[in-house]
Amino acid sequence: MIHISDLRASVGDKEILKGISLDVGAGEIHAIMGPNGSGKSTLAQVLAGHPGYEVTSGSVIYQGKDLLDMEPEERAQAGVFLAFQYPVEIPGVSNAYFLRTAYNEVRKARGEPEADPLEFLDIVADRLKLVDLDEAMLQRSVNAGFSGGEKKRNEILQLAVLDPALAILDETDSGLDIDALRTVADGVNKLRRQDNAFLVVTHYQRLLNYIVPDRVHVLVDGRIARSGGKELALELEARGYDWITAEQGVGA
Amino acid sequence: MATAFLKQFTNLEPEGPAWLTAIRQRAIARFGDVGFPTTRNEDWHFTSPAPIAEATFEPMRAPTGLPDESTLAALLPGTADWIRLVFVNGRFAPTLSRPDAAGGVKVMSLAAAYREEPSLLEYHLTQRADIVDPAQVFTAINTAFMADGAVVQVQPGVSTPVPIHLLFLTDDAATGGVSHPRVLLVAEPGSNATVVEQYASLGGSRYLTNAVTEAWVGDGSTLHHIRLQQEARDAFHVGTTAVHQERDSHFLSFSFATGAALSRINIFSGLHGRGCGATLNGLYILGGSQHCDHQTRIVHAQPDCYSRELYKGVLDDASHGVFNGKVYVHPEAQKTDGKQTNNTLLLSERARIDTKPQLEIFADDVKCTHGATVGRIDETALFYMKSRGIPNTQARKLLTYAFAAEVLETIPVDILRDGLERMALERFTGTTDA
Amino acid sequence: MSSEIELLVNKDYQYGFSTDIEADQLPPGLDEGVVRAISARKNEPEWMLDWRLKAFRRWQQMTEPHWSNVKYPKIDYQAISYYSAPRSAKPLASLDELDPKIRETYDKLGIPLQEQKLLAGVAVDAVFDSVSVGTTYKAELKKHGVIFCSFAEAVREYPELVRRYLGSVVPYSDNFFAALNSAVFSDGSFVYVPKGVRCPMELSTYFRINAADTGQFERTLIVADEGAYVSYLEGCTAPKRSTNQLHAAVVELVALDRATVKYSTVQNWYAGDEHGVGGIYNFVTKRGKAFAGSRISWTQVETGSAITWKYPSVILQGDNSTGEFYSVAVVNNHQQADTGTKMIHIGRNTKSNIVSKGISAGQGNNSYRGQVKVMPKAEGARNYTQCDSMLIGNRCGAHTFPYVEVQNNTAIVEHEASTSKIGEDQIFYCKQRGLSGEQAVSMIVSGFCREVFKELPMEFALEAQQLLGITLEGSVG
Repeated sequence: MIHISDLRASVGDKEILKGISLDVGAGEIHAIMGPNGSGKSTLAQVLAGHPGYEVTSGSVIYQGKDLLDMEPEERAQAGVFLAFQYPVEIPGVSNAYFLRTAYNEVRKARGEPEADPLEFLDIVADRLKLVDLDEAMLQRSVNAGFSGGEKKRNEILQLAVLDPALAILDETDSGLDIDALRTVADGVNKLRRQDNAFLVVTHYQRLLNYIVPDRVHVLVDGRIARSGGKELALELEARGYDWITAEQGVGA
Repeated sequence: MATAFLKQFTNLEPEGPAWLTAIRQRAIARFGDVGFPTTRNEDWHFTSPAPIAEATFEPMRAPTGLPDESTLAALLPGTADWIRLVFVNGRFAPTLSRPDAAGGVKVMSLAAAYREEPSLLEYHLTQRADIVDPAQVFTAINTAFMADGAVVQVQPGVSTPVPIHLLFLTDDAATGGVSHPRVLLVAEPGSNATVVEQYASLGGSRYLTNAVTEAWVGDGSTLHHIRLQQEARDAFHVGTTAVHQERDSHFLSFSFATGAALSRINIFSGLHGRGCGATLNGLYILGGSQHCDHQTRIVHAQPDCYSRELYKGVLDDASHGVFNGKVYVHPEAQKTDGKQTNNTLLLSERARIDTKPQLEIFADDVKCTHGATVGRIDETALFYMKSRGIPNTQARKLLTYAFAAEVLETIPVDILRDGLERMALERFTGTTDA
Repeated sequence: MSSEIELLVNKDYQYGFSTDIEADQLPPGLDEGVVRAISARKNEPEWMLDWRLKAFRRWQQMTEPHWSNVKYPKIDYQAISYYSAPRSAKPLASLDELDPKIRETYDKLGIPLQEQKLLAGVAVDAVFDSVSVGTTYKAELKKHGVIFCSFAEAVREYPELVRRYLGSVVPYSDNFFAALNSAVFSDGSFVYVPKGVRCPMELSTYFRINAADTGQFERTLIVADEGAYVSYLEGCTAPKRSTNQLHAAVVELVALDRATVKYSTVQNWYAGDEHGVGGIYNFVTKRGKAFAGSRISWTQVETGSAITWKYPSVILQGDNSTGEFYSVAVVNNHQQADTGTKMIHIGRNTKSNIVSKGISAGQGNNSYRGQVKVMPKAEGARNYTQCDSMLIGNRCGAHTFPYVEVQNNTAIVEHEASTSKIGEDQIFYCKQRGLSGEQAVSMIVSGFCREVFKELPMEFALEAQQLLGITLEGSVG
């Protein structure tokens, strides 16, 4: 699905990703964990093509294509989806219109016919149930005035509608109560298939109780300090990040 | 009348250094050229200076005697340990003053500063307050005539342990006279000080106070400036505070106005370094036929600065309040965060408010908002209180007090905040415990 | 980002062509003789000429106002021609007699004047330079007692109505440009909706400046009698010319007891080129008087003109009357706009609502100037004002000058304003969902303007959409 090799990226003069290598195959869920400031969110943003980061070296091959050579919207159209840590508000633009425009852009890129408003409503109605959102929220402005939980569920709704090949969840669990967390995780689990993949960025292990990863990678200071199976997440929960940071310090 | 001031100037024997004499001459010439503004001047649209312009004020006479300590203490209770300079009818009263209560801060009269701090004055005095703008001719007049006043310099890195109290009083001899007090505040880098400037009356009527304060707030320093305008009810008061802020500095101003028949208070701050904050708050409580006009101006000239402004007015009888708050954001001033609010409570059907919150923005990455509300006491809250058995009149008074208290709470000096809250409570409810 | 926004805001002016047509044009200059000549050409009655002459004499004593936040070189009022009409313009028995060149002009502008081609439900009065060249659907409207005709025709046919209401809202002495208009106005539209009648279709006037070096001084008067309803639309374009042309119009609205007047404008006069050369000076006085229980609503989308100076206002004279102002003003390149509204609360329980959206791009400067005045007798007056600005780029400016003047303590007045930019984060978010940068900007801007667009009649919402280059489909609820 995606092959990341020695990826380095910086903001201004500050290098944040210091050589990340990672392979995610179809049907897999990988968790990216790490302390605050380790570069987890940066990795998510760089993969989505955020203009605030400069990729200084390395490569990212996604479905055989050079991802770094693509514009953000081309990546999205090719099936890379980022669920934002802080979903952006767009006042005055209805959720329904926004989502349909995005849906049709993705369809167009795949050479599929666009959906008219009525067809689209059918598609969305089905997906709304998945994330336990009310149809009324389609008429509200994109994320404007949404609670934290609604914003995160709205991200998962978009994920469900756009049906990407690679979904990157950037701290989707932060700020969620346990019920909302379960709803979000259930949604993700239902969307999981053999031909798609998830990269789940999280600070806490608790999301991984519900979305069980195939692999767990721990990011420390812009590098993957350790990789392992799902049990690594439990170990982190029990021991915190300090021991890895310390090992890293000794090794460096 | 304008000619009276021009004539007075020809008889003036100005004090101070030669460079200042030259500036005095420029200032009076500017006044001679432009004269007093009229309501056609946008900055005087809601306040006619005619009652001042058409009257003739003689230079204020010397006081008949000096007040005793208990009279002074009653003006601002609980401040016995503060640094204090007292001026009566525009004249420094050394016997009532306590200039050196603490180290690290120089507090002296303007006349003393001419001798002792010539270079400090040359660097700062007349450099902050504009005399060219036709709307600011009162500053030009003050500059031409300034005779006495206060100079405060807080040394680098020093936090003054007690506030500095600058008290400008009038007595019976002030009647029909004009004084031009001038204050210079210099907060050197990394310093922190609180200055309370109080204008109050022990007698005298129909006099004019035409005050100008200039302040320089150095890198990383904080200056709290609290201004109390409690002039005689038939007096005139024009006061301008012009502030220059350097990098990472904070200027916090509070303007409290209850006195004078006609008052005009200008508070201007220029944010000339990155990371500055300016907080301008105020409360005006007016009754009778009082007219009080606040003009504030915040100039965001550098990026990453914020400004906060909350002005409240409580207007009773046939009083007239004016608020004009300007926020300018220069093209360089990206990431400016500005918020301005003006709320007015009209207690009487004859009271009047003109408010003009104004934004002028030339940078695109900014967040600026302003809001203004005008209304009377919230009927729902009133009903709620009445349903709990509080009589109508008392409920109204309490709600009025609550409206005013919200902004008074922002005053950082406990004694002062409590004192002003007590004063407001007394005014609105006739009792001091609620 | 800037390239996407530039693409969007720098769309070429599509209406910049001119029509080569023989015109009856007065030589430049203004004196009493010119005023008399205009009146004579229109065969006006004595009272009309007298009114013009009073206005002219008053104008001569007035000076051009300069308090607004716009800058322009001194206007030479003697260098302007005050009357220009196509030679062929004479009263037409039917629109079929219209000069084909003029018809072609309106076709190119997307305003077909043959009734069979018209948008159903919209009657159009087409004003070409100084005269009305045709009004559609007149007969149909007449059946309902609705009068919709050119101003000149109204002066001839309905003198008592015109005399009663002309200058009753904007007196000729009101301001410099209103006085000038009152002296030299050439044509415009007149509407009268009788008591209790709901006008069965949208009325619309399309103003076209064609001739060079002329000013356009049209005058519109709309009277909705007791309980009547009318919705009126106005559109404007002009050729690209390198000189500035003056447009000084006056619009008067009268809403008698319980009447409703909705007045919508899509103003797209030529704005000048990217260096600020040429374009229309749009100095307009628009005001309505609202009697008891009536409602006057102004909606405007201002995208054109080199300079815009206009404050569509409502005098809330009658108890329980309502005034509304919804505005989108866009400036780009060197455009300047100083626009807003005045809501004068005189009657009891009067309400006003103001929503202003300003967008500044290029080196444009956009000022909102609004006055809310509550007079001493306006018990229970209520105003809500929302005033938002968006800046695109760092060489433009957004200015807000609200004047809130309250003399009655039972009034509740609220004013809120904000300034923001299109966030990089918003654009990235849209792109991450597969939208192009241009789509993203369009969507964000249209969302910003949504509260105003939804006030426009459908036909105009579409035009507004084209003007802003914005896909509104579905995003405007």
